[in-house]
Amino acid sequence: MSEHDAPRGEVRHTTSAGYGTTAVRLDQGHVQGSGRLPERFENPGLAPHVPRMADLDERAAKRAEKQVATLFGLSSLATIVFIVAYFAIDSKHTAFIPGIGEANLYNVVLGVLLAIALLGVGVGAVHWAKTLMPDTESVEMRHPQRASDADRERVVTNLTEGGTAAQLGRRPLIKFSLLGALALPPLALLLPLLGGLGPLPKDQLSRTMWKKGDRLVRDPERTPIRADQVTIGSVFHVLPESIKDSQHVLEDKAKAAVLLMRLDPEDIKPAKERDWGHDGIVAYSKICTHVGCPVGLYEQQTHHLLCPCHQSTFDVTQDCKVIFGPAKRPLPQLKITVDSEGYLVADAPFREAVGPSFWERGHA
Amino acid sequence: MSTTHTASGADRLRADDQAPKSSPSGGLKAVGGVAGWLDDRTGAAKPVGYLMKKVFPDHWSFMLGEVAMYSMIICLLSGTFLTFWFVPSAGQVVYDGSYLPLRGVTMSEAYRSTVDISFDIRGGLLIRQIHHWAALMFIVALSVHMLRVFFTGAFRKPREINWVIGTVLSMLSLIEGFAGYSLPDDLLSGTGLRAAEGFMRSVPVLGSYLSYFVFNGPFPGESIIPRLYSVHVLLLPAILVGLFTVHIGLVFIQKHTQYPGPGRTNDNVVGFPVMPVYAAKAGGFFFIVFGVVALISALVTINPIWAYGPYDPSPVTAGSQPDWYMGFADGALRLLPGWLEFTAFGFTFSFNVMIGAILLIPVMYGLMAAYPFLERWVTGDTREHHLLDRPRNNPTRTGLGVAALTMYGVLMFAAGNDIMAIKLHLSINDITHVLRAAFFVAPPIAFWVTKRICLSLQRKDRDLVLHGRETGRIVRTADGRFFEQHEPLDEFTRWTLVQHEAHEPLQLQSGTDEHGVASPTARKDKVRARLSRFYFDDRVEPASPADLAAAHHDGHGHESIESAPGPVESRPALETSRREPPQRP
Repeated sequence: MSEHDAPRGEVRHTTSAGYGTTAVRLDQGHVQGSGRLPERFENPGLAPHVPRMADLDERAAKRAEKQVATLFGLSSLATIVFIVAYFAIDSKHTAFIPGIGEANLYNVVLGVLLAIALLGVGVGAVHWAKTLMPDTESVEMRHPQRASDADRERVVTNLTEGGTAAQLGRRPLIKFSLLGALALPPLALLLPLLGGLGPLPKDQLSRTMWKKGDRLVRDPERTPIRADQVTIGSVFHVLPESIKDSQHVLEDKAKAAVLLMRLDPEDIKPAKERDWGHDGIVAYSKICTHVGCPVGLYEQQTHHLLCPCHQSTFDVTQDCKVIFGPAKRPLPQLKITVDSEGYLVADAPFREAVGPSFWERGHA
Repeated sequence: MSTTHTASGADRLRADDQAPKSSPSGGLKAVGGVAGWLDDRTGAAKPVGYLMKKVFPDHWSFMLGEVAMYSMIICLLSGTFLTFWFVPSAGQVVYDGSYLPLRGVTMSEAYRSTVDISFDIRGGLLIRQIHHWAALMFIVALSVHMLRVFFTGAFRKPREINWVIGTVLSMLSLIEGFAGYSLPDDLLSGTGLRAAEGFMRSVPVLGSYLSYFVFNGPFPGESIIPRLYSVHVLLLPAILVGLFTVHIGLVFIQKHTQYPGPGRTNDNVVGFPVMPVYAAKAGGFFFIVFGVVALISALVTINPIWAYGPYDPSPVTAGSQPDWYMGFADGALRLLPGWLEFTAFGFTFSFNVMIGAILLIPVMYGLMAAYPFLERWVTGDTREHHLLDRPRNNPTRTGLGVAALTMYGVLMFAAGNDIMAIKLHLSINDITHVLRAAFFVAPPIAFWVTKRICLSLQRKDRDLVLHGRETGRIVRTADGRFFEQHEPLDEFTRWTLVQHEAHEPLQLQSGTDEHGVASPTARKDKVRARLSRFYFDDRVEPASPADLAAAHHDGHGHESIESAPGPVESRPALETSRREPPQRP
């Protein structure tokens, strides 16, 4: 290719003409007159057909026929046994199955029979195809995917003629009003859908049901907790006592779940954490600040809380600061105190939104 | 009223109509009147006759898509069965069914009905397990099918549309799967929904609204189960089946690709006709896939929701993990560091969550969908391709694919960091740090290693063509030297190894015209040429007849080959087949 063939600055590339176009490339072979070899090998065409056992030997074919029939027969048999087993076996019965252990016998027997019934048909059909059906390959020609120029032309002509016949070009008023009429009505379908999906969150994500004086109760027993029952190293899953009046237990629980732990006050580093607790007893939101899983694992020795979903780790001795994992913010602390009877109560609602972050959480 | 027949109105118009000529062959008679009756009304004989003789090429890797298709059908069948008993309601009830450990426990109707399907509906557990296993197999099969299509270059023109449809199918199937396993409302799936709610909140500006709209108020609410149910059994299956129909329709229209081999060209399809071979093989294969799923479902428990208990926002189990296909996104969430969350202008930006939970999946699928167009731009190749690439023959593409797969694998491993820490007695912190580094370091290494392996395999092919197969026969010559005899390849075996073309990098012309004015596309061209070099600079030319002749150099009378370097002194004929380093182009 000479310099002026290619437009300036353009990338050019080489194509090997006639790549893989025909089964046997006639343009290849010894290049006439030059005595040189062709540049590429030529496609030798289909390899000779190798006959199978069943093609040559009638006994092998007969054997294959019997194998296929056996598989099909096995399938029918398995279905019949399936039907019997469906009624005969007690569906509650468990049995020891080697390699699996104690299992529901009904499930195992029905499943295995179903598998045999299906595999019998499948394997039989494939075996039939592979041994007895013709195995000489057929060749089908491809055609370029694109339609002929004439066909393309006709589509364009039809379109433009249709447009002209409908006077689309001549009457812009119709054209533009049609566009609007097609574009807007979907809104009438979408709006009720979107508008009806749910209420606005308002400040609900930032509030829980904890309020001053609410007793801390065990979850799920819902019994109040006395401060002297909380020994060092113990952990309690806690809800507000007012959960018993809740109309939406799961929704309230999803925000109000709290973990209660007692540490040696010496171990607690920040003064705020000690002040918000009671004699080394501290309460923290159980809802992870990452994506909201319950922070369920407490390591007594290290006072670490671990979220089992994504392994965010919070250090209870440091106001539940994140010491590892994908969470950013510490777990919010619930300020607690004891009431006149010695039971633990909330001293104030949570000061910040619990759970995963959201755009406007700083504005609560 | 007259009963005599007079040719009136319309009848007169029909007088000239040709009476259907029927001289049916014996075979047609055997098929029976029903087919004829149908054809009289539809004219279906022509297309059906064509389809029956349509040729499909044979290869084990073409069955991956089939497995996906069949698993989807199994899901549709078993899923329909489940809808007869499943109650998509979050309404709270007290369990009094036959599973003793849960008696007296408050749970949702969705959970109770799932427990009932597992214990009280005869065969219900089997169908539930078939549904879940088939869903897992569906996504495995379609993913591996996608890898096959990628590594063999089957996405090239004219199949780009089908590749894009495939990526959409793949993405939707993840969502379909997630919606499905969230329905039973057990503790594990509820925790998954809890996390999903956290994901939604991370969307800037709209997060809390999104969450409230999806859950119809505060989490969990009573709406998510019925909404997911509608999405899972109606909306997504309809889209999946619709797109799948287009997907397979395009395969029919464009005809299946085939691997290169003797007799196979870019202009033909070599294989077996639908009738009878493919009808038997593909039809039988459906039963095999179904049978294997049934066998697994009979023997291996999947998602024992009765052991997890009903959903409750407070408790959680250690080792909470999603189904495998969501693993990579979960892993990304575990690796993303917390400092990606920050507050600015009083608003919270949770990139630590959003990157993994909201952006990862669309970005990943977007890149996948864009790849054919990128490669086409880089190669400048506008031809139709119906012959597949052997992955080694396109080392850069194969390398890129393996690099992407490695990245995916790192994320997948990360989703099991807690399990690995427990089983391998390692620190979870160390594992996480290592995987964070591996996410960036491992893919380039994987790319480089894969590319080198591909080039080596190409050299091996070349070597095999030029020097033949090692026979293992050791021959001693008269003067006492030993060598191994090599046997030349037959032309059919050889063709597979030499048929491909080695792409050359695009050449960049000067970026200015004769007046020294810079081309407006100069910058773009430079990028393109650089990418082209990245793709094709390292390459091994397929062996040519001249190479072979030079390698043989055994007096066939082709001494005029210019490119034949090689020694001048003549060697014993047998020695020519001795192993030599391949000719580097």
